[in-house]
Amino acid sequence: MLNRVMEWFRTLFGTTSSSSVAKERLRLVLLSDHLALAPDVIEAMRRDIFEVISRYVEVDEAHSDVSFEHKDEGIAMLASIPIVSLKPREPEAGLGDQSSPKEETSVLETVSVNGHNSDNYGRRPRKRRRRKASGASQTAPAQ
Amino acid sequence: METQRVFSAPSESSPQIEIHAPPSPVESQKTPKTRGRTIVVTSGKGGVGKTTTTANLGVALAARGARVVLIDADVGLRNLDLVLGLESRVRYHVLDVLEGRVSLADALVRDKRVPTLYLLAAAQNREKDDIATDAMVGLVEQLRDEFDYVLIDSPAGIEMGFKNAVAGADEAIVVCTPEVAAVRDVDRVIGLLGNRINAQLVVNRIRPALVRKGKMLSVEDVNAILRLPLLGVLGDAADVIVSTNRGEPVALDEASATGAAYRTIAARIAGEDVPAPQAAEPDGFMDKLGSFFGGRR
Amino acid sequence: MKARRIVVTSGKGGVGKTTTTANLGAALAVRGKRVILVDADIGLRNLDLVLGVEKRIVFDLVEVVEGRCQVRQALVRDKRFGESLAILPAAQTRDKTAVSELQFAEVVNNLTEMCDYVLIDSPAGIEHGFRNAIAGAAEAIVVTTPEVSAIRDADRVIGKLQERGLPMRLIVNRVRPEMVRNGEMMSVDDVCDILSAELLGIVPDDPEVIDTTNRGVPLVLDPTQRLGAIYTKIARRLEGEMIPFTQLGSGGFFGRLFEVLRAG
Repeated sequence: MLNRVMEWFRTLFGTTSSSSVAKERLRLVLLSDHLALAPDVIEAMRRDIFEVISRYVEVDEAHSDVSFEHKDEGIAMLASIPIVSLKPREPEAGLGDQSSPKEETSVLETVSVNGHNSDNYGRRPRKRRRRKASGASQTAPAQ
Repeated sequence: METQRVFSAPSESSPQIEIHAPPSPVESQKTPKTRGRTIVVTSGKGGVGKTTTTANLGVALAARGARVVLIDADVGLRNLDLVLGLESRVRYHVLDVLEGRVSLADALVRDKRVPTLYLLAAAQNREKDDIATDAMVGLVEQLRDEFDYVLIDSPAGIEMGFKNAVAGADEAIVVCTPEVAAVRDVDRVIGLLGNRINAQLVVNRIRPALVRKGKMLSVEDVNAILRLPLLGVLGDAADVIVSTNRGEPVALDEASATGAAYRTIAARIAGEDVPAPQAAEPDGFMDKLGSFFGGRR
Repeated sequence: MKARRIVVTSGKGGVGKTTTTANLGAALAVRGKRVILVDADIGLRNLDLVLGVEKRIVFDLVEVVEGRCQVRQALVRDKRFGESLAILPAAQTRDKTAVSELQFAEVVNNLTEMCDYVLIDSPAGIEHGFRNAIAGAAEAIVVTTPEVSAIRDADRVIGKLQERGLPMRLIVNRVRPEMVRNGEMMSVDDVCDILSAELLGIVPDDPEVIDTTNRGVPLVLDPTQRLGAIYTKIARRLEGEMIPFTQLGSGGFFGRLFEVLRAG
């Protein structure tokens, strides 16, 4: 009984009602359940991510991992993709593609194209080459 | 990524219960006498409160200092994580362990509110037939070396999921509501448990007012058919709904009568001689119950 | 005219599938429709009990499938409804693998020649028994309560139904308007939003319903039971009538002021 009075107080004084909490928890858990139930979608996403990133860098696909985690108020897709080396850039490929790489990498929370995986739980890329001071790497979007 | 380590430092134990901190998964200090108890919570009928009971008894036992692991055996339709409020921390599940993708230690989710309580979640995207009974038994055997209590939340029904849940257990808590359909299903399940398993009864969702009006079966009526030792009786309080909304089991709530009832049942499971809980209900209902609770069952 | 074949399912156990099947069937029968209820919960049958015909079972679904009797011999007619309501009971001593999806679908198909509605009471879960139950159906009613576990399981079931291309509508059972007002229970709108489902009915919680199922009395036959009217409304909606949901009262001062609480 006291529990219900407390609940009533919580709602009255503006703290979240239990039904709102329930609704939000359900939203996240259903999203998580749907992701778990769509391995083909996740696989397709993974392949597309590799394909895009591989245009700019060599990646170590065997040691890569794409997963979904509950973070704070939502679910984040996390990609940890060891970067082996930069690819030599095609002369004209960069400018025309300026917009799309930005859009694609913005989907990825913790992948950094230039090899500094600062936010990926401490995993280090397998090999890293120093960025050239000049050259094609300038056109890669900085993160 | 934080991995939930099973084999961490010994938990703060209450004086009454000895806890052995296992040194490694291979060598166990547990002698046959101190190996954990394995209890399946089952019913046959769905929706009578198995998952809620597993969650709350787990919390209550762990709050007393025991090391408790809860296994959700409802492959495909998991809910133990949700009832406990741990759904956002589940990364791996039973089949990940049984199929060798992760270690048991990595799959166990530790409850931060009650640090000696751990959850092993069910897989959401698999089927109950995917687990071999032997594998389940092996898992439970492994867990009982590290925990004082292994509670297994059985799915509804009497198919493979139920069989797997029961296979590893020495004891059963059978949950029943005071409805003819439930009593009939539970009766069937008791038959299927056989002689190997020590079963006790929890009657859930009793409404004394309706019992008095003759509009609901009494605990007596239910147990006249089931004839099991009575472990406990729970009412039908609305606070359970609120608690599952929030993912905060009532057994954590000092002010909840239902929580108190679960804590009492936990005490009884632990071997304490606990008298009938003090009535929230007026006029003799608890006196009637008292006759069932005369000391130790 | 062949009958409509509707499966009543939920995923979660104990949310009211059997009670819904029985009471909806009875409501349709009272309106003059010929209804056959099929209990697909082999091993844990309860539809017979809820309708109060458990003592009159001679043959069951498994025996029909195995050819040991004609389907007409297995049908148990509920005399309170004249010729309008009958049930095909499940077997109590077998398990769900005794019948395949194809066999189940065939039995249901045979039934469609004899009535206007076949309502299939699905077991809980999403395994063999559930798959059998939906194999016999062309439409679905998903029953849920406004609680997190039930909704999660309903979502799963809706996914399975969509995979099979079965149209579905939702009944939200055991709504407690006072708790919804206090923010202690999710509202029907919340539930429909989360599940993206079309609403067929709202059934308020009523602990006295247990008594009617204990006694085997369908709600429409008991004039003291207000819920009978709600199942009648649901039956009419199923028939295609546009019936508004009854307003239970607007939100109070301490609740959600703009929440419209409904039932029916």
